[in-house]
Amino acid sequence: MSMAFHAQAETHIEVYRFYPGAVPGTAFLAVVLQVSLPLYIPQATLLALPMLITLYFGLSRRNPSNGLLLGTGIGLFQDGVSRLPFGLYGIANTVVGFLASSIGARLDVEHAFSRLALAFGFYHFHQVIYATTKWLILAQPEDFFSKRLLIASLVNAVIAVPLFKLLDRFRRA
Amino acid sequence: MLAVPGRHRSLTLLAIIMVAQILLLAIQIKREQDVRLIRVWAVAVVTPFQRAGNYVVGGVRNAWGGYVDLRHIRKENQELRAENDRLKLRLSEADGRAAEATRLAALLEFRDAKPELKSLPARVIGSSAVASSRVILLNRGEKDGVRRDMAVITPDGVVGKIIEAFPDTSQVLVLTDKESGVGALLETSRTQGVVNGLGEAILALNYVAPFQAVQVGERILTSGLDRVFPKDLPVGTVLSVEQGNPFQKIRVTPAARLDRLEEVLILLAVPGALPARSSKGTSPAGQPATKNP
Repeated sequence: MSMAFHAQAETHIEVYRFYPGAVPGTAFLAVVLQVSLPLYIPQATLLALPMLITLYFGLSRRNPSNGLLLGTGIGLFQDGVSRLPFGLYGIANTVVGFLASSIGARLDVEHAFSRLALAFGFYHFHQVIYATTKWLILAQPEDFFSKRLLIASLVNAVIAVPLFKLLDRFRRA
Repeated sequence: MLAVPGRHRSLTLLAIIMVAQILLLAIQIKREQDVRLIRVWAVAVVTPFQRAGNYVVGGVRNAWGGYVDLRHIRKENQELRAENDRLKLRLSEADGRAAEATRLAALLEFRDAKPELKSLPARVIGSSAVASSRVILLNRGEKDGVRRDMAVITPDGVVGKIIEAFPDTSQVLVLTDKESGVGALLETSRTQGVVNGLGEAILALNYVAPFQAVQVGERILTSGLDRVFPKDLPVGTVLSVEQGNPFQKIRVTPAARLDRLEEVLILLAVPGALPARSSKGTSPAGQPATKNP
């Protein structure tokens, strides 16, 4: 079975393009920071940089296929460096990338408030996917919602606004 | 190449990627008993088909086995029926031998009880072909010492007497024959008479005066006066009594089972009996034999 998943064949609107290497470089850096920062700043464990990167590029490029593939790559890489079973974050980020890309064309994702709300909502969505996967496949309990998760989602939502603004600089005109 | 509508391509890719990652997790994860999750899923997927296949194969096998077994059972049934028939026949033969052994034992006991009566056991091997004649054929003859006019009895009672003695066989005139007769007396009153055959199953006690008391059920024994049968052997039982002129009409039930004779005793020597005659009509002493009543 051979399927073509070229961007031109999809019924989507790719609005923004990025400089070569911006996407993979940003994704790589996000994962590295995610596993490194907690060593120096314990509170950094609240961050979900890989998810935010997946969300941003999904909303920006608005290509469901590319969005889910990017999420898959980021998630698997995150699993690998976190010494978690491959696929745990991979599944969660895949869905985030696909969904973000799908709604990117329907919402105003440039406004700061929308970015704040999207980051907040996708953080919880990401946690639900992660907890469900862990519960069903690994048969291990995981919180679907907690006070800590709420705080983390607010932190990530606040961080997402300047982060996304920074990433806008890598857009090609 | 599969043509997938554009709007479904991303969904298809999503599904593929998700399934791939789930399988990736299943390969890595171990559940209880250290079994990888992928193996648990693989077994779970295959098990219903295995069960279905096993069910179908088992059904076919059972049906074929049932058919084959049915044929074997039918054949076995036929064989068992045949064997059952053979065993029934053997059982019947065994029962017959057992009954014969009982009868022979009775004969032997009778012989031992009456040592003064020299007797010879014989088996009934034939009967007369004529309905009006009550004659039986025994497997003893002159070679065994059998002679005419010898008495033939069973432990139950009188049977008859030898009328013809051949080298290996002999004929007996049974008591029920019209030509037969035996000297008899009533056990209680000791009234004497003659028991004759009527050509039927019952006998007649003749020559009993009308004034003589005769009771139904009274036993009749041999009187010994005919000098053929020894005295006090059972002859029969009074069945009915009718007054008649000049003699009473007394019917008698034979003591011996004259219709079911199989083994009998031939009295070779009876104290005080008439000399027995050979087939030539003479007694062993050469004198002509007297006529029996």
